[in-house]
Amino acid sequence: MSAAVTDHEHDHEHHDHKPSGIKRWFYTTNHKDIGSMYLIFALVMFFIGGAMAMVIRAELFQPGMQFVEPNFFNQMTTVHGLIMVFGAVMPAFTGLANWMIPMMIGAPDMALPRMNNWSFWILPFAFLILLMSLFMPGGGPSFGWTFYAPLSTTYSGDSTALFVFSVHIMGISSIMGAINVIVTIFNLRAPGMTWMKMPLFVWTWLITAFLLIMVMPVLAGVVTMVLTDKYFATSFFDAAGGGDPVLFQHIFWFFGHPEVYIMILPAFGIVSSIVPTFARKPLFGYASMVYATSSIALLSFLVWAHHMFTTGMPVAGALFFMYCTMLIAVPTGVKVFNWVATMWRGAMTFEVPMMFALAFIVLFTIGGFSGLMLAITPADFQYHDTYFVVAHFHYVLVTGAVFSIIAGAYYWLPKWTGFMYDEKLGQWHFWCSLISVNLLFFPMHFVGLAGMPRRIPDYALQFADFNAFISIGGFLFGASQLIFVWVLVKCARGGEKATAQVWEGAEGLEWEVPSPAPYHTFETPPVIK
Amino acid sequence: MTKTRSLRWSLPSLLLAATANATDMPLNMTKGVTEISQQVYDLHMTIFWICCAIGAVVFGIMFWSIVRHRKARGVQPAQFHESTKVEILWTAIPVIILIIMAIPATKTLIAMEDTTEADVTVLVTGSQWKWHYKYLNHDVEFYSLLATPREQIINKFAKGENYLLEVDRPLVIPTGKKVRFLMTSDDVIHSWWVPAFAVKKDANPGFINEAWTKVEQPGIYRGQCAELCGKDHGYMPIVVVAKAPADYDAWLNGEAERIAKAKAEEQELLSMNMSMEELMSVGERTYTAYCAACHQPNGEGLPGIFPALKGSAMALNDIPGHINIVLNGQAGTAMQAYAKQLSLKEIAAVITYERNAWGNNTGELVQAADVHAVMQGKGD
Repeated sequence: MSAAVTDHEHDHEHHDHKPSGIKRWFYTTNHKDIGSMYLIFALVMFFIGGAMAMVIRAELFQPGMQFVEPNFFNQMTTVHGLIMVFGAVMPAFTGLANWMIPMMIGAPDMALPRMNNWSFWILPFAFLILLMSLFMPGGGPSFGWTFYAPLSTTYSGDSTALFVFSVHIMGISSIMGAINVIVTIFNLRAPGMTWMKMPLFVWTWLITAFLLIMVMPVLAGVVTMVLTDKYFATSFFDAAGGGDPVLFQHIFWFFGHPEVYIMILPAFGIVSSIVPTFARKPLFGYASMVYATSSIALLSFLVWAHHMFTTGMPVAGALFFMYCTMLIAVPTGVKVFNWVATMWRGAMTFEVPMMFALAFIVLFTIGGFSGLMLAITPADFQYHDTYFVVAHFHYVLVTGAVFSIIAGAYYWLPKWTGFMYDEKLGQWHFWCSLISVNLLFFPMHFVGLAGMPRRIPDYALQFADFNAFISIGGFLFGASQLIFVWVLVKCARGGEKATAQVWEGAEGLEWEVPSPAPYHTFETPPVIK
Repeated sequence: MTKTRSLRWSLPSLLLAATANATDMPLNMTKGVTEISQQVYDLHMTIFWICCAIGAVVFGIMFWSIVRHRKARGVQPAQFHESTKVEILWTAIPVIILIIMAIPATKTLIAMEDTTEADVTVLVTGSQWKWHYKYLNHDVEFYSLLATPREQIINKFAKGENYLLEVDRPLVIPTGKKVRFLMTSDDVIHSWWVPAFAVKKDANPGFINEAWTKVEQPGIYRGQCAELCGKDHGYMPIVVVAKAPADYDAWLNGEAERIAKAKAEEQELLSMNMSMEELMSVGERTYTAYCAACHQPNGEGLPGIFPALKGSAMALNDIPGHINIVLNGQAGTAMQAYAKQLSLKEIAAVITYERNAWGNNTGELVQAADVHAVMQGKGD
């Protein structure tokens, strides 16, 4: 790799050479091109998954069945979840990793560029397969994104085969992406970029990548067991054949809980980059942030059964998982305290990235609070599988993960396009999103506590008012994201020229290269002061 | 409870309402009617207020900082960025709070899991999409199905007060006695949940879970299945009626008599022939209650998941096969065994109905005796 890049410095035009047209995108091994493709793909998936959420909210607007049949409703909740988790949030973070990690550590590219190309290009096929399954007789997967056996085995339709295949491809893509991140960070750091000098986004992604290579094979294993139970007469999850349906949940959540942190650790990294920039003050407690992130990652392997308190487990087991889950609140709290301490006595300005980062801190913390409540096992018996849980994970995933991705997009957009985005439109996007997202998800706490189960297409009358309210919030939140697309398109087409540093308080290697970042950056390693 | 009123609500008023314990519309977890449910409610409120207090402090400092420490006020940023003391402090304080919280939670959990010394035991079996209750040590068992008419669901009729939370036969339990529930399932995983008792336990096929409750007040308590169990997951409610022990005993004896009488009638039926008209009318009623969820009211099924009966080879030609599949179900599919769910008369009628409705005009009658013959032929 180093031999290939050393003798190009004299000729900038030459090494910006790339195939033109569609071939550039199919053949590219450039981390910036691949990063852009991941991000655009994630945005498209965000809208497809969002459209499904609109179908769900339209049906739930009033009690009774109005628009869809229960079977189709279940397909919508299932595929909405799968697309948002595997198609929107995870690829968006991988896109940001591709764009930013090499620039942050002073590397010329990702360490394994060809694998990088492949790990992106198999993704569209995975989701094409998943989406096509909706058009099969009997429709697509309808057993929830958690695909609990035996609903997903003996009692599912034949789209299950497509579902399994598509999850396999997504898993392969994620594993390759994670390997690439790890190899890049271990081998391509510029001289002087020691571990404890790495930006937190790099740290959180490194830890995320380790989580990914540890749990994605578990997911692959469990979908394969579903496949063989359904089609090849095995009985992993069938009591009649000596299996155990609860075993499925243990394996799934052993993947599923670290997966939750896979979707939030990079968000911590983004917020830890943005807050110091706009507070014009170094991040408070850098080292404790690194240790807190590592502790969260380790603890994430010890809490999976808190998703399963009602499945029936020994008291000792339930207590162990309750205590471990409560413990996670400690390192998570440390992070929030550090962000607040970073702001304290800073000189803050409130551009769009900062607004989204601030909203992240408050709303993610609210999601954390409901998470702490859910950890209390006796109370969980009342919360479990109600809208309270739906409220909880949408606070951590939408106002958490998605808000951080949007914050990151605004933050680095000038670096990517070379133009400043439209600040006024961005502020509109922020305020519309902030208000509507709370109209959408906050009342879900109330309907959940009042006893509305999740994943039902129709509900008792006492939940009617709040559901109408939630649906309106949902439609507004969906519409607000169109402003985001408008900002992105406008920024890609032109605008005020961005400087190399872009933000007054920005520090780090990515702000030392020109905006837009040249096609190849750091072909000679930078000097780290 | 009109729509317009809900639209007038703003977020601040919602937040206020959350803390104000409003009674008009349920906003909070129910206190329930048992000692355990009261403890669970107390735990919920304790952790809620702890979160509120932490939130008030953290967000308070944050917003203070946002207001005061802004560049627009011309402040110079400080440059401090580390303090081991502070880090230790804000690691230790949450740990202490959590330990304080864990103690009552542990106590309640241990009490909830103690199913010993029960006075009454009920076996609860979930199946797509109904509950079955069996009183152990008594000859009483029955299915409990959604009682809300389909016309209300598809918005043809006005919805009743207990829309989707009403059943044909509720579970009845005595007050003041410890009632133990054994949960299992015939097909997929269901979850039996009655919020007023703070009991939610999964019904796993092939395994038995335990839970218990002790209700002091007579009353009607409603709940729902809480684990996604397929297409009609939203339509399998739970209704529990708690009765004073004397009323409960009377009810139990009445049920035992009713069931014994029905069994005796079955035997008489074997020598009787029912008319086409009677079979079709009983058949249609049974079909709507038990079969239409999957095979659809028009008999066309859902392609790819639930097979059509209209024009199917079995419904047109194979009478013994038809009786057999209704009695015993089809292993490895969603088709349940109805031998224990329906009477001989109902099975005969529903098969006759399926062979003569929607243009399946075979003209064939299936009588209770025919069903009985297939049952015997199986050798049990």
